[in-house]
Amino acid sequence: MDFFAPVLDGFGTVMDPTNLLYCLVGVVIGMLVGVLPGLGPAATIAILLPLTYGIEPVTAIIMLAGIFYGAQYGGTITSVLLRLPGEASSVVTVFDGYVMAKQGRAGTALGIAAIGSFAGATVSIIGLTFLAPLVASFALDFGPPEYAALALLGILLVATISGASKIKAIIAAAVGLLLATVGRDIFTGAERFTFGNLSMADGIDFAPLAMGLFGIGEILYNLEDRHRAVSAPIKVKRVWPSGKDIKQAAPAMGRGSLLGFFLGILPGGGATISSLVSYAVEKKVAKDPSRFGKGAIEGVAGPETANNAAATSSFIPLLTLGIPANGTMAIIFGALLIQGITPGPQLIGNDPELFWGVVNSMYIGNILLLLMAIPLVGVFIRILRIRAAILAPITVLITMLGAYTIRNSIFDVFLVVVFGALGYVMKKFGFEPGPLVLAFVLGSLLESNLRRSLLVLEGDLGGFFTRPISASLLIVFVIVALWPMLKSFIDKRKTNTLAVQVETEKEKV
Amino acid sequence: MQKHKDKQDTPETDEIIATEALTPEELAEIWESDAPAKAGPVAHLASSLVLVAFSLAGVIMSVNLDLGTPQTPKAGMWPFIVSIIIGVMAVVQLIVGRGGGRDGERFTKYSWFALIGFATLILLVILMPVIGFEVPSLLLCFVWMRWLGAETWRSATLYSTLVVVIFYLIFIVGLGTSIPHVI
Repeated sequence: MDFFAPVLDGFGTVMDPTNLLYCLVGVVIGMLVGVLPGLGPAATIAILLPLTYGIEPVTAIIMLAGIFYGAQYGGTITSVLLRLPGEASSVVTVFDGYVMAKQGRAGTALGIAAIGSFAGATVSIIGLTFLAPLVASFALDFGPPEYAALALLGILLVATISGASKIKAIIAAAVGLLLATVGRDIFTGAERFTFGNLSMADGIDFAPLAMGLFGIGEILYNLEDRHRAVSAPIKVKRVWPSGKDIKQAAPAMGRGSLLGFFLGILPGGGATISSLVSYAVEKKVAKDPSRFGKGAIEGVAGPETANNAAATSSFIPLLTLGIPANGTMAIIFGALLIQGITPGPQLIGNDPELFWGVVNSMYIGNILLLLMAIPLVGVFIRILRIRAAILAPITVLITMLGAYTIRNSIFDVFLVVVFGALGYVMKKFGFEPGPLVLAFVLGSLLESNLRRSLLVLEGDLGGFFTRPISASLLIVFVIVALWPMLKSFIDKRKTNTLAVQVETEKEKV
Repeated sequence: MQKHKDKQDTPETDEIIATEALTPEELAEIWESDAPAKAGPVAHLASSLVLVAFSLAGVIMSVNLDLGTPQTPKAGMWPFIVSIIIGVMAVVQLIVGRGGGRDGERFTKYSWFALIGFATLILLVILMPVIGFEVPSLLLCFVWMRWLGAETWRSATLYSTLVVVIFYLIFIVGLGTSIPHVI
């Protein structure tokens, strides 16, 4: 009973009218940004950071979490009806979802996606409920070396798994670490990289950095990518998934839930990869793989289940270890820090209300989403008619004025613009802003634990390897760091001839 | 719209069918051809060199901060290590990717839009403390809608005024924030 008392108390927290309201606000916003192509959940959460300053930590995180998993639902709608994935995690849904829509089964596809999303999320929340306390208790006796190793591994995994160029992602992460050192050094009090600027003495604030890199950066980037015509959405006939459909999709949902849950926990995993893997798995286990791409219901059910399961389970490393698993989690991490809460193994024990409040709010949020997803499709489709030309300046103004309200500081607004330009330039040159923000958030944790470790171990780096946990983490680190080089070397030898062929083929055309 | 029972009748769906992709591979190909041109070797070289310079600056400033020793690391140690990592990775990037950026995007004529957008943001930052947020915001909205977004004069004027009024009502009247304002 000891275990369940705080879990049940968490429901009390969720049922608080304010929290319920913000949960609803969160999932509706999430669904909207999911529908609108361009602005992703990370950008939206970043833009709305100023809003969280004035409200309770639990309430704030409930809302931000709602945006995150709500976007997974919304992204499906445009994938199915417009062949236009609203989110990266809904790209594979296009393959079968759009074909289903053309066959007049749009309602079925959307219904299955919503049910699958709900199923995946629910399985994942239950898994989270049991696994999170376990992971946290395991991590309770982590010392500085373990934390340093864990943070290093987390950053590396995010940099290497997601994104196109691993080297560029690592560079971006290192720049994030460097930006995190700006300001007064907590050990010696020396001012670092402030260039005598008083506003910089306390370091760069997380909110302007995230709002700039994710928010303004993405908006500026979208400015030049707007000349793409959007075709008219396919009409949704009110066809709900039949019992037969659900029966056919159920195994895919089961596999998607488990797959998404485990891939979501891994740093750098998350929703997008889970949906891709799930699609591949479904195609592999199917008796007749040729149905895929021609309206196979499993091709919608599996990935949509997996991406929601992953979105939910990616909260585990954040809330139990204090290590965000992806860019969006990094922003939620930052939001918690802003609220004076450091996520980590102590969180469940010290702040059960927050932990279980947020976890249990996901049940409510997902029920809300399931209820809204199908009946309100028409409304969300209408949102698509709002022209980007009008939406863009509105989001810009929300960001700029919001940034000002945090500390009534025009310098913060200036920082937002500067980081916005940086975010834009990074995207143009193929650098992902995600690893930078993540490394920035973990920067001071990493540095202080590293320096503490060095003090404890008296400067002997070998000491990291005499402690079993930090040693294994670092060994994994080395493997992860070297694997892509090995792999690309092997691949290159294999595909070199093939690539040349393809290139010459292309040139002919 | 409601009357079109048979979808083949509507011009939109004809268009969709004309550009129909049947397999995921074909679809991926269409997306690929839609995607902007890759950044290319010059951008690759430039970005790598900027990073090397950035790393050198970081190293020099870190050394000036006092590195300390591994036993008692001082303020400069960590930034020093990180700067070295940036430098090394930038050089690796320079060599490994010398064939020329397979990622990133080339700047196009539309990139001017981003630059103009950036300029309006800077203008907002400069003007807001001096003359309040209303006029700069109105200007920003108008420029973004009329020229960056190709709205008509009429709708740009209408919507940008509307947006600023609504923002005024929310941020100044409703929330009572201390955003600089004239009225």
